[in-house]
Amino acid sequence: MNQSTPPTALDESVLSEAQSASNDTGFGAHLLYVLRANPVTLLAFVLFLLIVACALFGHALAPYDPLATSAGDALQPPSAQHWFGTDSVGRDVFSRVLVATRLDLSISIAAVALSFVIGSILGGIAGFWGGWLDSVLNRILDTIMAFPLFVLAMGIVAALGNTIENIIYATAIINIPFYARLVRAEVNIRRDAGFVRAARLAGNSKLRVLVIHIFPNALPPMMVQVSLNMGWAILNAAGLSFIGLGVRPPTPEWGIMVAEGANFIVSGEWWLAVFPGLWLMIAVFTFNLLGDGLRDMVDPRKRT
Amino acid sequence: MVTAITSRQCRAVLGRLAQTVPVLFGVVVISFLLTRALPGDPAAYFAGAAADADSIEQVRESLGLDKPLPQQFLIYLGDLARGDLGQSISTGQPVASDLASRLPASLELTLMALLLSCCLSIPLGVMAAMRPGSAIDHLCRVVVTAGVSLPTFFTGILLIYIFYYLLGIAPSPLGRLDFIYLEPDRITGFYLIDAAIARDWETWTGALKQLILPAITLALFTLAPIARMTRAAMLTALSSDFIRTARAAGLTERKVLFVYAFRNALLPVVTTLGMVFSFTLGANVLVEKVFAWPGIGSYAVEALVVSDYAAVQGFVLAMAVLFVLLNLCIDLLYTAIDPRIGFDAQ
Amino acid sequence: MKTSRRQFLQMSGGVIGASMLPFLKSVPANAAGNDVLVAVIGQTINSLDLHRTGTNRASYQVAINCYDRLVSFGTREVEGGGLAYDYSALEPELAESWEVSEDGLTITFKLKSDATFWDGSKVTAEDVKWSFDRSVSVGGFPTVQMKAGGLVRPDQFEAIDEETFVIKLDQPSKLTIPDLAVPIPFVINSRVALANATEDDPWAMEYLHQNPAGSGAYKVARWAPGEQLVYERNDAWVGGPLPAYKRVVLREVPSPSTRRALIERGDVQLSFDIPDKDASELASKVDVFSTPIDNCMHCLCPNSNFEPFQDPDVRKALAYAVPYEAIFKTAAYSQGLPLWGGDAQIDDIAWPRKSPYYTDLDKAREHLEKSAFAKGFEVPLSISLDLASWMEPTALLIQENLNSLGIKTEIEKIPGANWRTAALVEKRLPLHLENFGGWLNTPDYYFFWAYQHGHLFNSSNYMNQEIEDLVSATLHMPMDDPDYAPKIKRMFEIAFEDLPRIPLWQPSLNVAANGVTDYEFWFHRQLDIRPLKPA
Repeated sequence: MNQSTPPTALDESVLSEAQSASNDTGFGAHLLYVLRANPVTLLAFVLFLLIVACALFGHALAPYDPLATSAGDALQPPSAQHWFGTDSVGRDVFSRVLVATRLDLSISIAAVALSFVIGSILGGIAGFWGGWLDSVLNRILDTIMAFPLFVLAMGIVAALGNTIENIIYATAIINIPFYARLVRAEVNIRRDAGFVRAARLAGNSKLRVLVIHIFPNALPPMMVQVSLNMGWAILNAAGLSFIGLGVRPPTPEWGIMVAEGANFIVSGEWWLAVFPGLWLMIAVFTFNLLGDGLRDMVDPRKRT
Repeated sequence: MVTAITSRQCRAVLGRLAQTVPVLFGVVVISFLLTRALPGDPAAYFAGAAADADSIEQVRESLGLDKPLPQQFLIYLGDLARGDLGQSISTGQPVASDLASRLPASLELTLMALLLSCCLSIPLGVMAAMRPGSAIDHLCRVVVTAGVSLPTFFTGILLIYIFYYLLGIAPSPLGRLDFIYLEPDRITGFYLIDAAIARDWETWTGALKQLILPAITLALFTLAPIARMTRAAMLTALSSDFIRTARAAGLTERKVLFVYAFRNALLPVVTTLGMVFSFTLGANVLVEKVFAWPGIGSYAVEALVVSDYAAVQGFVLAMAVLFVLLNLCIDLLYTAIDPRIGFDAQ
Repeated sequence: MKTSRRQFLQMSGGVIGASMLPFLKSVPANAAGNDVLVAVIGQTINSLDLHRTGTNRASYQVAINCYDRLVSFGTREVEGGGLAYDYSALEPELAESWEVSEDGLTITFKLKSDATFWDGSKVTAEDVKWSFDRSVSVGGFPTVQMKAGGLVRPDQFEAIDEETFVIKLDQPSKLTIPDLAVPIPFVINSRVALANATEDDPWAMEYLHQNPAGSGAYKVARWAPGEQLVYERNDAWVGGPLPAYKRVVLREVPSPSTRRALIERGDVQLSFDIPDKDASELASKVDVFSTPIDNCMHCLCPNSNFEPFQDPDVRKALAYAVPYEAIFKTAAYSQGLPLWGGDAQIDDIAWPRKSPYYTDLDKAREHLEKSAFAKGFEVPLSISLDLASWMEPTALLIQENLNSLGIKTEIEKIPGANWRTAALVEKRLPLHLENFGGWLNTPDYYFFWAYQHGHLFNSSNYMNQEIEDLVSATLHMPMDDPDYAPKIKRMFEIAFEDLPRIPLWQPSLNVAANGVTDYEFWFHRQLDIRPLKPA
């Protein structure tokens, strides 16, 4: 699942574009320049690597079995033994938070990748060709968007059953219109622009012009969207958990942990919700900052 | 010349309205199918604690659920045509009256949150874009990102814990009005407006106090998309050729910024605002639950969990109508802001 | 029920007089005075008419507080403090007295002559008959509950004169009179109801749904579903001692942590049905009434439709594998009563009672090895989303111990609407948690619902001919019959041997009070506001 992430897909298109736009500035050099110029992005990259490391090695690093209950150790505050304390059935919160990283990353990446790809295709077609195709696609997108999105996600998960795949599908479906509309708007503005006519006159096919020349222009705002959506995807799963439609217990997942822990805040057991909440926040934080950093890299005008 | 444009726009608006018909029909069909796809049997649920198979069958009949699906759908369409949204089983009231009494609560909360959010996020976004890479830019990023990175129900409970439970500053999170106040005469359903009309400033303050915590909770969550889109759009606008031309032509920085750059940046900001509004209205479900806010979000969740078909369908339809109207407004704004986009193309 | 501001003020002025003061603005809630009680509940009251299809549990309290029944139960002190209803003591409510004929087939009630409805008209036997006719005719839950007391047809009820009402039975039953004290057979003002009935709606379901018409201790002053219900005292009530509070505001607050914060800070005086965890922790700060629920138990149910559970050794292995103590501590926070580790010898007819099983993984393994499934098997363990607060920790702990036996479980959370269908109606959940509680407090009544084949709460599809016969024999038999106790003990023996339901613990109903006394627990598990007094 990690192979087809939007950032990776982007890097390639960025690369090709960078080569075609300015041959003497390599992508690597530019990356270094951006990172040096923007310490926050550097921080984001470091955090991102950390999160990926947790996702890859979390199971090995966890000090306890994340599923092992221990009624005697229930609701212990953070200590040297249990860094993040224990939950209501005595499970180690730190181990659960660590192990949950992989699942949460997978859910958000898969959902966002799905909606990015589908949304881009639909939006590109609608914006470039226009006509009845545009109208039909627009009506379909409008229909999806006309639904209150969170309730639509709830409905889908409730109807299909609360498995991880269905949470991903539901999250992807409610995000598709956001991408499609963005791409459509950007493509629509530029489809008659001078550089597009020039490219057409140079003998490029319509599809090629759309993919190579127009679509990259939609990437900067799309990146902002992607970075936000990675976070939203996790938060969406958390919201579903709060309603009770999330991942099945006892699987550790940040959203469920925050949702269940939230009930313990007033009674003083703050660590149940706060630590997974902080971890979740760091992850969303990272995605957002990363999105900004990527935008700086993608924007061809800023590079010159 | 002027009249010609107006009548053309009029036609365009009418055409646009006509386009919403298939959308609404689509919503009606999908919501019907979605509710029927929900697992569970409302008849069994509503027959009560000790009902046996016979009494469940009686309930099923009285709910009209024993008929085949297409027939149920036709009955539903017929009721809709007469403006009857059906009866909610979980609240026992007609869905239309439920929605009418609860929608203002949700709208008031959402609009208040968006207002708060815009007041903060648009200036933040503009400032960040004016000096990209500066401390202000970084601060803006950190603040808005922190806001969007927390689940709303978590923020809500945290705020209640700190401001109500620990500090005792905020009023008890008991819905729209503490019980020591009386709800203002219903004119719009918005307590702040109704109380203002009645010149009952104590109730007005009371309603505002109840509104603050949930509105902050929601606003924190909506800061990020608006601020970030403002920043991104302003950056794009500021780095474009016409700004350079404007600067080269010697226009004041103020004029360049607000007349040229901001106007051009408005397009994506307005799109985002529209999306955020509908998203927030749908997503304040969780905040409503935490603050015992009697809005339509919490209504929909309750209805969905117990498979209350009429209530879910009515809610979805109401939201869809709202959304369609909102979209129409955004499209109109689009043409006003950026004449390059024609109505006809859509 | 919408009242405009002015009307409301007038009303409060007229009815409440001096107590209107607290309703003036800017008076802090906790100083609301001794006339007004503010209570919070977690659920929504969705109807003011218990007989209506779709009326939820939380709404039952309207029938209790706003309507009267012929009879009611007395009050007893609970061990460890607090009050509860007394199943053994029947007391008059609308009836002044009653008489059972020699053969037990005719019960004659004499109504109180000074009983009036809210509109001032007299409560007559005709009203009682109309109300009883309604509850046996409308179908659904009311009709089923009436049937439990042997009340099935309108021709069983007769109004002899204005103050004399007669019930005729097909067979004598010890359950009949207690069944008249449950919330269902409440007495409606039949003139008001009939004036609002239509041809399609002869029982005035639409009208009474929104507008109660009773003789009870409280009237409904305003009702906003999802927000609040405001009760107002009926000063002419004759069903019992006049309640202390003139006005009771019942707020619906779905979030349990918000409810906890409210009661702890003293902004509300009563929080009904609080989680076990809060009950155990709040006891030092506010008054907590935690009453074990009569005739109710949380249990683990192996479904005999699922092949491994047809093997008695597998069921016994389950019973020895359950970590009872840990569950009681972490899921119930030690509220309620343990139901494990009891004597194998059954000497009395108390129910629920401790099962002879306890946690012993070695014994569990022995039993499993004797069975045809020595290597274990896979089975989903189903829980209800609505009841996740106790079911989820319980399921997690059971899952872990079963796992060490080689029985792999996957926890399946089922949403509310689906739970009843899957667990109780279709009875298709192989292994699940269940918590039936009987309103009428006799063991035979519990067994009738939960152990007899095909009955709703027998979610294990249990079938044992001897149990069928024993339940049929004891259900209507008086409890002092010499045959009764031996038959009941035999039922217990079979139930513990066959284990279609593995008892976990007897739950309790918890109520937190901050400034209120005399809370009384009732079998219907709803808030009876009538006996409450300011502390």
